[in-house]
Amino acid sequence: MRKLLRNPSLLIGGTIVVVIVLLAIAAPWVTTYQLEEMDMRNRFSLPSAEHWLGTDNFGRDLWTRLLYGARISIGVAVVSVGLAAIIGTVVGLASGYFGGLFDLIVSRIVDVFLGFPPLIMALTVVAALGPGVTNLMVALTAVFWTEYARVVRAITLSQREIDYVAAAQAVGASWARILVVHILPNCLGPITVLATLGIGTAIVAESGLSFLGIGVEPPTPTWGWTLSYGMRFLRADPWMSTIAGLCIMLTVLGFNLFGDGLRDLLDPRRVTSGRRGRRTAIAD
Amino acid sequence: MIGYTARRLLLMIPMLFGIVVLVFVMLNVIGGDQALVLLGQEGTPEQLEALRRELLLDQPLSVQFAAYIGKLVQGDLGYSLFQSQSVFEAVSGRLGATLELAIVALLIAILIGVPLGILAAIRHGRISDILAMLFAQLGISMPVFWMGILLMFLFAVTLDWLPAIGRGEPLLVAIVELFRGDPGVLLDSLAHLALPAITLGVGAAAIISRLVRSAMLDTLSLDFVRTAHAKGLGPSRITLAHVLRNALLPVASMIGLRFGALLGGAVLTEGIFGWPGLGQLSVAAINQRDIPLIQGVVLTFALMFALVNLIVDLAYAAIDPRIRYD
Repeated sequence: MRKLLRNPSLLIGGTIVVVIVLLAIAAPWVTTYQLEEMDMRNRFSLPSAEHWLGTDNFGRDLWTRLLYGARISIGVAVVSVGLAAIIGTVVGLASGYFGGLFDLIVSRIVDVFLGFPPLIMALTVVAALGPGVTNLMVALTAVFWTEYARVVRAITLSQREIDYVAAAQAVGASWARILVVHILPNCLGPITVLATLGIGTAIVAESGLSFLGIGVEPPTPTWGWTLSYGMRFLRADPWMSTIAGLCIMLTVLGFNLFGDGLRDLLDPRRVTSGRRGRRTAIAD
Repeated sequence: MIGYTARRLLLMIPMLFGIVVLVFVMLNVIGGDQALVLLGQEGTPEQLEALRRELLLDQPLSVQFAAYIGKLVQGDLGYSLFQSQSVFEAVSGRLGATLELAIVALLIAILIGVPLGILAAIRHGRISDILAMLFAQLGISMPVFWMGILLMFLFAVTLDWLPAIGRGEPLLVAIVELFRGDPGVLLDSLAHLALPAITLGVGAAAIISRLVRSAMLDTLSLDFVRTAHAKGLGPSRITLAHVLRNALLPVASMIGLRFGALLGGAVLTEGIFGWPGLGQLSVAAINQRDIPLIQGVVLTFALMFALVNLIVDLAYAAIDPRIRYD
């Protein structure tokens, strides 16, 4: 607990993340409006007791739409980062442990993926598959998996040389057991930190692609789309874009702070250091 | 150094080839039938068949790929399906705008990020450090497109100081005009460039400031800094002449890697400010499913990214005497 209090990033970030995730899960219970419920007499209204965050151009309640939008934005981010972490970890473990030709091929494939600017990679995948929630998740997974593969491979390479692995091999442990029981636990800390920071990046990426009109398709009320749609009324009503952007920023800030705090907690040597150098940031 | 440059250039070839293969597979195998995209629903089966034959789509994939690579090495990126010009023309016509935006944004990012990082490091733990890192955290968390909208709303819509969309004359042309005695062109170009470049630059500045701070803090704890203090050197001389020079080396290589994110951010920034660059072209191409054009734009982005990293690596090798690349 004392450790937690000495780590304000973890505390503040964690609180933001927990509150936003709980609100997203509890969306149907924390609003009395339906997602598509229109109130044409109340278009573009500012926050009030009736509409906590105001209304959009059709008089739809923005609090409701942003709550449901959170489900999509955070959901897409969590699933794609989760998939990327699983794929990257499996590939990284195998590549680091077995080495040889397999490692060489995997490393070259990772290099090719890293040769794309991240958002351009996502754009290419969406261009190939077409828009939609599932395809967007595939696109983001394609961007993020390399990061995990690189980190896990590096850890596996260093762990493989340590005596306990040789001891495990000597007592006849299978490669699968060595990888899962002995080496994987050493990777879990860095993976957790990467994934937490990655969720923030994925939320920005999803919003960015939806903002460009090639991510999640309307009428799904994603944050990026609400922000982009609100831009049409910027002169008359800047509120709609502003509040959608604020939601994205607050959530990303929460995950970033939480990730930074988590890293300081898990790797105390790096408390004074800044963010790691190579992070697959898409559009920050 | 020449040997290292040559080897580094040679290493780029397999990576770029891998990128070409990946893009080709993604867009041509998964991406669907180009002939169908071109003809739409109105085409007869005969027309469709004829077009497929013309585009080599009736051939095995290996033949299609060989034909594509054959053209690519001659600089022929194919013909856009909808822009009535070759992909090379479409891309080269837009490349300058994107490069101009990205380079100016990078300069802004360095001009803000480096001093901020230095300030935070030498005032480590004090209020200016906390404020600088708060700025950095907010800058990193703020999506580039939201930043763009806020700046546009404030400076173009509300205050009406700067134009909201479009681009003036290219910066290089405007500078030439300045020397011919017409500063108006340059002012117009800079006015158009200001909002998109600041939008794109601030996020990168936030990241650079964190990198500089962390590298400075690491360097400040090294022995040679204590020796410099012991020699009686002043704090500003130690910071600028000794610590900064050492700390900036890793930062320089990171800035190269950040360029990829900057290019991605440029796609979004161009969308907001109607900046006529590759980003807008790629979004239009994706919406029209113009596969040859998407392919051309993506390869151009990847090539730019690879070249910037190459330049940074070479500069790194040239600047740092400790590094010997044998």
